[in-house]
Formats: sequence, structure tokens, C-alpha cells
Amino acid sequence: MSRYVLRRILQTIPVVLGTTFVIFAMVFALPGDPIRALAGDKFLAPSVIAQLHKEYHLDDSLPIQYAKYMSGLAHGDFGRDFNGDAVSALIRERWPVTVKLGLTAWVLETVFGILLGLLAGLRRGGVVDRGVLLLTTVVISVPALVLAFLAQFVLGVKLGIFPIAGVADGWPVSYLLPAVILAALDLAFIARLTRTNLIENRRADFVRTAIAKGLGPWRVVGKHTLRNSLIPVVTYLALSFGYLMSGTVIVEGIFNLPGLGNLVFQAIQRQEGPVVVGVSTLLVLVFILTNLVVDVLYGVLDPRIRYD
Amino acid sequence: MSLQPAPLLALDDLVVEFRGRRHNVAALNGVSYSVAAGETLAIVGESGCGKSVSAQAVMGILDIPPARIVAGQIRYRGTDILAWPERRRRTLRATKIAMIFQDALSSLNPVYTVGEQIAEMFRVHRGESHSAARRKAIEMMERVRIPDARRRVGDYPHQFSGGMRQRIMIAIALSLEPEVLIADEPTTALDVTVQAQIMALLHELKEESQLALILITHDLGVVAEVADRVAVMYAGQVVEDAPVRTLFSSPAHPYTQGLMASIPRLGQRGSRLPALRGAPPTLSAPPTGCPFHPRCAYGRPVCLDRLPPLRPVEEDHSSACHFAEEVMARD
Amino acid sequence: MTEPVAVDQAMAAGQPAVLAEISEGNLRRDAWLLLRGKPEFLISATLILVLLFIAAFPGLVASLFGHGDPRVCDLASSGLGPRAGHPFGFDLQGCDLYANVIYGARPSISIGLLATSTSFVVSAVLGILAGYHGGFVDAAVSRLMDVFFGFPFILGGIIILTAFPHRTVWTIAFVLALFSWPTGTRLMRSSALALRDADYVLAARALGASSPRVMIRHVFPNAVAPLLVLSTLAVGGIIAAEASLTFLGVGLRLPAISWGLQLSVAQGYLRQYPHMLFFPALFLSLTVLAFILLGDALRDAFDPKLR
Repeated sequence: MSRYVLRRILQTIPVVLGTTFVIFAMVFALPGDPIRALAGDKFLAPSVIAQLHKEYHLDDSLPIQYAKYMSGLAHGDFGRDFNGDAVSALIRERWPVTVKLGLTAWVLETVFGILLGLLAGLRRGGVVDRGVLLLTTVVISVPALVLAFLAQFVLGVKLGIFPIAGVADGWPVSYLLPAVILAALDLAFIARLTRTNLIENRRADFVRTAIAKGLGPWRVVGKHTLRNSLIPVVTYLALSFGYLMSGTVIVEGIFNLPGLGNLVFQAIQRQEGPVVVGVSTLLVLVFILTNLVVDVLYGVLDPRIRYD
Repeated sequence: MSLQPAPLLALDDLVVEFRGRRHNVAALNGVSYSVAAGETLAIVGESGCGKSVSAQAVMGILDIPPARIVAGQIRYRGTDILAWPERRRRTLRATKIAMIFQDALSSLNPVYTVGEQIAEMFRVHRGESHSAARRKAIEMMERVRIPDARRRVGDYPHQFSGGMRQRIMIAIALSLEPEVLIADEPTTALDVTVQAQIMALLHELKEESQLALILITHDLGVVAEVADRVAVMYAGQVVEDAPVRTLFSSPAHPYTQGLMASIPRLGQRGSRLPALRGAPPTLSAPPTGCPFHPRCAYGRPVCLDRLPPLRPVEEDHSSACHFAEEVMARD
Repeated sequence: MTEPVAVDQAMAAGQPAVLAEISEGNLRRDAWLLLRGKPEFLISATLILVLLFIAAFPGLVASLFGHGDPRVCDLASSGLGPRAGHPFGFDLQGCDLYANVIYGARPSISIGLLATSTSFVVSAVLGILAGYHGGFVDAAVSRLMDVFFGFPFILGGIIILTAFPHRTVWTIAFVLALFSWPTGTRLMRSSALALRDADYVLAARALGASSPRVMIRHVFPNAVAPLLVLSTLAVGGIIAAEASLTFLGVGLRLPAISWGLQLSVAQGYLRQYPHMLFFPALFLSLTVLAFILLGDALRDAFDPKLR
């Protein structure tokens, strides 16, 4: 097992190098002045541009630039904004909101996704199953953006059940609605994944063996069907945490929660390119880390994988 | 079947249908066979003839729906278990009737160690402690001759070879000392040498404990070696039932005759092996009358109209052919 | 032959004889027969045809009501609700919202189709090469996939598009394709890997067929169905992603006409002018829904086991 974990960790290193290289190449190494590009239409004083050139080592040769960029990332340096403030300082200020929102969404999708999937899968073709299929199709088809507006309008503006924006009411009141929207898509996926796997495994040969062993229905489902069915679900759940982090850009933007996603959202509006790139890079790294956790988790849950 | 001791397990006129969206398919069309303690009954026939379905009906592992038991009885020691409540049938299949399957890899749960899967029998049905059950699991593994059982008890199914996995299945099946073991093509997925080892093991274990063995197979070589009786199935029916010697020496059904003729024999060189003409019938649109008539060399007009019943043709030998006597005489 | 589920179940229960009449060669015809009877397929296909028509001839559709010109605006009408001649009302600049929503279909659908077809081609080529050849090609493609799998879809788009100040339909489609090719490639690679050892592929090779011929004639046609399903589903996802990126401000920019931009403006006036949000949102959702339903229907038809 420890060899398996070690191998996964080693395999993650080229991925981190690759993704950061892609970011570096697309943002800093393309022809033209990267700082002007990051500023969009915004006017920057020549002194600011010069300062940022220095901060981003843009006067060095590309390989040196990349080396300095990587060593900066390794030391938690995610660049500077146009005022010269470190992006890492902004991140430190904002991350608790995002983690709170992300965890709330994650718990919601775990509990309700699995529950709906089980209810649907156990009575395939029944009322609940049809309902879940319909509901998940709708949720998958309506973009999160639209879902957010819809919820904000109906539950916030019309019915006044939830605050429309901001975190004035604290957790959980201010976080609940954004968390539901953030979780919706993956909740639907998890429900479907649980359902499909459960249905597939109920017909598996080893479940037939379990019945032939004279085991009762609870044991057949609980021990011999569920564990196998939930392996892909659990791994998706870990992966989903990474997706949720990137979903916060839209949800925190729309509901105005002052987290990392909102930082990116506002930086885009204010054309603060370096902040966008810096924070997004952090979120990408978090995502890669959750991928690693998924792989390790897979090994823990499925013996066939870890003895590969 | 008159001189046999009372059968341990008997199927009586069992009819199983698969419900399709447009029409129902009769997978078993009145199947009867029985097995006594210490006896090995082989059930032979082409794939799709209903061999496995009859076994699944006994074990209560038919996919219901689409499958449905329409008529007939399955009697254990004389009482019809189809009438039993599910809980009682469950106990029966745990402790009295066990089954092993063709594909041992997919039949074992990939996420539990083989030890856990054997020990589960002792823990659930005997209420034994974790450690006692584990000890017994090791004992069972030793009994099915798995080398180094003590060390391998914590391994997962995928870490074993095909033959060893089938031994594990046998260990699970025999853990509570059942009276009947149904083996559904237990060696089909294995190499020839391993096949022989598994058959030898099954035979030994059977001799040790007076087990009644129902062996589902299409390998007539295996049948000749280990079976006491043979039931030949065709298109959802038993078409011939006889002690193994009788069956091989004087088959009383043209289908059996065809099967016998297609076995290669040593010293018989130069001639083409006769094969059965035609293909087995589709169960969704079975031929009228005798299902074998389109492939039969003895066919007469009556075969198109009337389904021949399984009837005794001599002592302890029955056949479902209108012209069984003629078939026996021809051989 | 229109009862794949029953057949499947019969097979699981050890009843191969019923299967005799159902041969592999009929798969495609079966898929079509199955599709034709599905309401999901009929609805989504019709919807997509209508949307394609709108995207191709927005002027024609827009002129069904009122003047039909999205750029004829009168500030006096700013934010007015639906009324005669203006079924969707007016936007903040007092432009006809119906005409704007209709004209908004083209960029969304163009980007969806462009990005998806690009990544379809890349997936097919790289996936088959990697799966069929293995070795160095496979290693290189697989590592490259790992790198791009390292980006969550939207975030990757945000980072790269931030560095492109001048964004058009083409740049956005390119960036979205850049982050969507790995999924299809992985699928195609595993299909090709499985097909490499299929009997008919071995037979074709034994008969002297060249590698490119085997890949094009034997591997591609037999591996393409799942990729086709995935791509259909992906069109919906890409369109939603484009709207999100544009909404965030890293997609299309004014004066372009796009659903994402309309939503972005309307967001600030949720209380006063909900209709400004409602209509673009409705069209966006219907478009995404149509492609996802079509993908679902195709998947069910090609692989009944998945349902």
C-alpha cells in the first residue's frame, strides 16, 4: 500500500510541473507584453509596468523566468496585483469563506446525492427513480449560472427566505443557498452514479453468490452490493471537492460571498489579471491535490487497484 | 427411478418463463430430475437448454422478474420448498443446498479477502466469533487443498489463480456441510489440467461426506468419469434420464444418440465425426410437437403434432421420444 | 428486437438461445429503431434543428416580431417589460430583447459546435494513435492528458483567457477545446486498446492491411459511438461554460451580442427587470438541455446496458 501511495505521489509531480508550465507559457511566455495583456483595457503607469516586470522577472530569459516563477510558487508566492500587494496576502484573508462554502456544499451533495441514488437504484423504474432521473436531467441541463439567478430571484427576492447576497447573517443562513447551487450539479452526478452502480452491482455474480450463501437481504445489499457500488462514488466525491473550488468563482461572484472565488470574480471585473492568474493557479493546485487524494482513496477501497 | 432411495432433492414438472416485452419465453418446460444422498447426477445439454436455469430455480437466484416460476415443485426431502417462506429457504440454501458457479472470479466479491468470504458463513449462520470463524475458514481452505492457507487467508480473490479461486468457492459452498452441492459448469473456465484437479477434488469431497452432487456440464468425458446418473436436457426439457452406463451403452433418445456419436474415440481414425444437424431451437418460437423434430433422423408426422412425454422405456431409464424403443434397437 | 433490456436480463440468467436472432450487425439499425420511438430524441432533435435555424438565420427569426434589429435602441424604453411587438420587452439600453436573444444564439452555438468538433477530431486521432500503437506515442499522449486533466474546466478557461485581451468566437472555442479534448481522448484510447486485440483486427493485420488502414477501417468505426455520445453531451457543457466565462468577463465582450453578456448586465437589475434575466436564461437552458437530452438518447440507443 505504501508503495502504491508513493507511486501516486511521484506521478503527481509531472502533472504539477505540466500544469504550471501551461499556465506560465500561456500567460507569460507568449509574444507581447504579458503585463499589458493582463491589464486588458486598463491604463497602467509606466512605473507600475516596470515594477511588475521586475516582480515577475520578465526581463530575464524565459528558462530563468520559469525557474523563478516555480520557486515563487513553491514558497507560496502567487504574484502581485497592480497596487503591488502580494496575492498570497489576499488569499490568506479570503480562504476561510471558500472552505466553509465548499465544505457545506460537499456535505450536502454527499448526503443527498447518495441518498437519492440509493432510493432510485433500489426501486429501479419506480416513482422515486423516475423522479430522480427527471430532476437530475434538469439540474444537469440548467447551467449553474441560471440556477443561481433562479434561486436568488425566487427564494431571495420573491419569497425572501434566504438573504440574496453577502455573509452578513453568517453560517449557515448566508451560506446555505449558495452551497445548494454550488452542489447541485455534482449532487445530480452523484445520485446518478450511485444509482447506476447499484443497479449494475445488484446483478453482479458475487451478489448472486451472496444470495446463494443464504445471506439475508440486508446483508446482501448492505455488505455485498453497497460497498462495491460506492467505490466510484466515494472517489468522485473527493474529485468533486476540486470541482467545487472552481465553481466558487461563479457562485461566490453571484452571491457576493467574500471568498477566493469572489476574489477571482472581482479581479476579472477590475481587470486585475495577476490576481486572476495567481488565485486560479492556487485553485488548480488544490484540484490536483484532491486528484491525488482520490487515487489513494481508490487504492484503500479497492484491493484490485492497490496490488496492481 | 423406482428402486432408488427416497431422493434428497427432486424437481417435479418445473416450468419457468422469462417475461419479454412482446412474448414470454419458456426456459423450462416441465423439468423433472432428482438426486439422492451420495449420488452424482450430471445434467448435460447444449447451452441455452435450461440446465443452469433449473439450478438457479433451486437456489432461488433466478432474476425475478423477468423470470417466473409458473408451475411445478422443487422438493427437498419430500416437501415443496417453493411453498416455504423466504427466511426458511434462506436457511436451507445456507446449510443444506449449496452451489458453485462457472466463473469463480466474478462470483467472489472483489473487495473482501477470501478468508472473510468463507468466514462469513460461520459468522452469519453459526453466530461464531470473528477469530473462530477465521480459524474455520483456514480449515476449509486446507480441506480444499489450498497450499499455505494460513498465509493466504488474508488475500483477495484477484490474487489467486483460476483453479484456486474455484477451490475457494468450493470451500464457501461446503463450509456448513450441505447435503447437496450444485456445480454449474465448475471447470469450463479453467485449463484442462486444472479442470481434472477440480473434478478430482469434488469427487473426493463427495465421497468423504455422502454429498449429493448435481453437476451441470456439457463435457461428456467428465460425465463418463464421475456421474452416477445423467439427465439429458434439450430445449427446456429433460429428454432422457438414465444411469450413466445405460445412457452410454443404449441411449434411448435421438438427441442423446447424436451427442454420443459426436464424442471422438481413440482408435477411430479417418472417419468424419458426425455432428448434430442444425441448431438448437429458439425458445421464443419453439417448434410444434417434439422440439427435437427439425433435427431428428427418426422424425415422423406424429412428431410435429404431439410433444412426447418423458416415459420409462426400461427399468430405471426414461426417454421423451415417441420412438424410443426403435432408437435403442438401432444403436 | 426492440427489447434490449429483456434480452440483456435473459442473458444474465443464462439464456443465450434467445439471443440467437439478435446479431451484432443489427446494432446500428436497432439503435435507429430505438431512437425513432423515443420522445426524448424527437423533442431534443427538433429543438436542436430549430436552434440551428435561428443561429443560421437570426435576421429572419428576429423580424417575426417588431423591427427585429438588435442594435436599434431607444433609451426611453430602457427595461420596459414585454408588450405588443416586443414579446420579451427591452434591455437596459432600450434595445429589443427578443432580437437580442435571437442574435445571441449564433455565438453560443458556434462556439459549442466549433470547440466540440475540434476536440472530437483531436480525441479520435490521438486516442486511436495512443491506444493502437502504445509505446512512446501512448506515453506522450497520456502524460499530456494528465496535465490537462489537472485543470478544472472553468478555471483553465479563466486563466488562459485572461491572458488573451482580444477574444473572439475562435479564441474562446480554441481555449474550451484545449481543456475538453482529454476526456474524449481517454475514452477513444481505451476503445482502441480493447480493439487492438479483437479477432477481426488481428485478422485484418494478418491479411496484410497497413496500420493506418486498420485504424481507419476497423478501429475507428467500432470505437466511434461512445465518442459521438460524449461529444453530443459535451456541446451542452461547452455552451454553458461559454456563457459562464462570458458572464464572468473573460469571454465575449461588448459590443458582441451573447447570452452570457445579457445575463451579466441583467444580474445587477434582478429586482427591477427580472425579464432581462429570464429570457436569455431560458434560451441558454433550452439549448443546453437539448444537447444533453440528445446525448442521453444516443447513449441509451448505442449502449442499452448503461441505463
